[in-house]
Amino acid sequence: MPKSSAPRLSVRKTFKLYIGGAFPRSESGRTYLVDGDNVALASRKDARDAVVAARKAQPKWAAATAYNRGQVVYRVAEMVEARRSEFKALGTAGDEVNAAIDRLVWYAGWSDKIAQVAGNANPVSGPFFNLSSPEPTGVVGVIAPPSLLGLVSVVAPVIVTGNTVVVVSGGPQVAVTLAEVLATSDVPGGVVNILTGHAAEIAPWLASHDDVNGLDLTGVDDPALAVELEQAAAGTLKRVRRAGTTDFTADPGLAPMTAFLETKTVWHPKGF
Amino acid sequence: MLEYAPAPESRSVVQIAPSYGLFIDGDFTPGKDVFKTINPASEEVLSEVALGSPEDVDRAVAAARRAFETWSARPGSERAKYLFRIARIIQERSRELAVLESLDNGKPIKESRDVDLPLVAAHFFYYAGWADKLPYAGFGPSPRPLGVAGQVIPWNFPLLMLAWKIAPALAAGNTVVLKPAETTPLSALFFADICRQAELPPGVVNIVTGAGDTGRYLVEHPDVDKVAFTGSTEVGRQIARSVAGTGKRLTLELGGKAANIVFDDAPIDQAVEGIVNGIFFNQGHVCCAGSRLLVQESIAEQLLASLKRRMSTLRVGDPLDKNTDVGAINSAAQLARITELSEIGTEEGAERWSPECSLPDRGFWFAPTIFTGVTQAHRIAREEIFGPVLSVLTFRTPDEAIEKANNTPYGLSAGIWSEKGSRILAVADKLRAGVVWANTFNKFDPTSPFGGYKESGYGREGGRHGLEAYLA
Repeated sequence: MPKSSAPRLSVRKTFKLYIGGAFPRSESGRTYLVDGDNVALASRKDARDAVVAARKAQPKWAAATAYNRGQVVYRVAEMVEARRSEFKALGTAGDEVNAAIDRLVWYAGWSDKIAQVAGNANPVSGPFFNLSSPEPTGVVGVIAPPSLLGLVSVVAPVIVTGNTVVVVSGGPQVAVTLAEVLATSDVPGGVVNILTGHAAEIAPWLASHDDVNGLDLTGVDDPALAVELEQAAAGTLKRVRRAGTTDFTADPGLAPMTAFLETKTVWHPKGF
Repeated sequence: MLEYAPAPESRSVVQIAPSYGLFIDGDFTPGKDVFKTINPASEEVLSEVALGSPEDVDRAVAAARRAFETWSARPGSERAKYLFRIARIIQERSRELAVLESLDNGKPIKESRDVDLPLVAAHFFYYAGWADKLPYAGFGPSPRPLGVAGQVIPWNFPLLMLAWKIAPALAAGNTVVLKPAETTPLSALFFADICRQAELPPGVVNIVTGAGDTGRYLVEHPDVDKVAFTGSTEVGRQIARSVAGTGKRLTLELGGKAANIVFDDAPIDQAVEGIVNGIFFNQGHVCCAGSRLLVQESIAEQLLASLKRRMSTLRVGDPLDKNTDVGAINSAAQLARITELSEIGTEEGAERWSPECSLPDRGFWFAPTIFTGVTQAHRIAREEIFGPVLSVLTFRTPDEAIEKANNTPYGLSAGIWSEKGSRILAVADKLRAGVVWANTFNKFDPTSPFGGYKESGYGREGGRHGLEAYLA
């Protein structure tokens, strides 16, 4: 190879969508510039494709053992740890990366405990076995905050219980980097799907989509858009978690998980 | 069919006044406009009831807001004692209330006496006990009440739905404004009297009677913190839309189209009883009714023969007769809806069958009906009929049964009949429904959470889970 005196040209990264475990460009062919990076600009069609991928992955993910889901989420924490320099290069402070990793570990541990805390036996007045247990709601649309800690704090609680998600991210480079982490962890394709682009453009399609069961509005910073999305979600009676706290360092409590859990109560007679 | 001599329950245990006002701030006040409530079994007018106006709703919400400060500040142990008092009074007046409920609703006295009223009293007892134990309910160490709850209830179990709404709300320290259904306002007004008997502080419970508009004013009222609605999915959607962006907490218990799945190893006689109970209990006016029978193909013929035989013994008629199994349809409008959907069932090619039965000349009646040869595309397999009409479909494999059962936007309840434990548990896991009855159906208990998946609504009523809707 002949030596050149010119400095080496770096290879730039293309920030692409994450759908069904693959990294496609937007079907629309659109990109937009974010801090000098070219990022895929997701379209309505991309949102629909992501819902299809999430729906396809959901039954198997929900049927995985809680132990297994916990292992998978813990593996995500390991991989963020291993790639912490990438997040730091994107401007995420070391403390925040630490907090994000710790949050993933916290949620990993919930996988096989939430049913014991959110479910219970019911002492009915009669000879019946009667048990209430939480089950995942299904496919959840998540409008995520831009920060790594914010993103992890809204995605981990939803998937650890067996839901699959379509994420609309306002912090595209961080989100796509997390997608690269997920792709190299053991998260099955389609469990987390990430769309980069404008919430105002994509989120309404998720809010009104017949095959989306829940909607998390935590990352919506425009109150008018939040109302519009909540109204659209009413059409199919989606479970909606409203835009609330932005302090992701606080103890999240159970609400981020229970917002997207259903309670199923099974009765059976007892007798000889 | 065996002839039974009539065994009517006495009406004289209940005194219905010719008119009732609104129960606001501890007193009955007349409304500007009135409407009539009738006995659907005879079309006789029972009473005239106030039609709550926006101003009435304002006054009721204001009374509830004033009462909230002191009610929520009371120790839970004191709130508990009011609820225990109410539960006791309900037990003591249960015969009177059962007759009243059958008169206003049309349901058989056997059901109002043996199902509705015992569950109503039990519900108040259950939540009374929670009032001083809230920090142990699993919703945080210092749970707080939400404020004023606006509650709108349906006509199918008027007093029971009131209990499901009011008992947990009060136990958690909220105050309420409740609107009973237009066609069944009376038991809620009698409950207002029970609140006075129990010396419940004024404004803690307010009852505003009226129609759809009154309910809409209530749920859209800006000073209401919590909305709880039981009724149709269509109205549920409207409420969810109107509440959007207000920050109000919302729970919805909506429609259903439950599959009742009978496998080839099911105990046939028990399954037939369960099917009959599942769809003809309360004239099929039950959101969790087992309105789609999914029967395994190999036993379909035998099962249907047994079912028809059993249906031929159902007694349809006077709700106050203690022998009656199936009472009156609640209203002319509901009868028209059941009639229309049944006609559509025939037009779409399903085969209709009812036992021979003579229906009374006056009032609203519909004979127990089954449709066979129903496919998933038929409207009678997709839409909630809310009447004594059963659609029968068949399946060959468990996977097909699960797929058909889940092929609905609703997800309130489901039934499984099989003698094989592992099959029951595997199928129960896969059914997308909030309540799964295995080898039983339509069982209710105050300790057991009730509520739906998907478009059957969200939130749970009953049990520890039922408190969550009323706590912050």
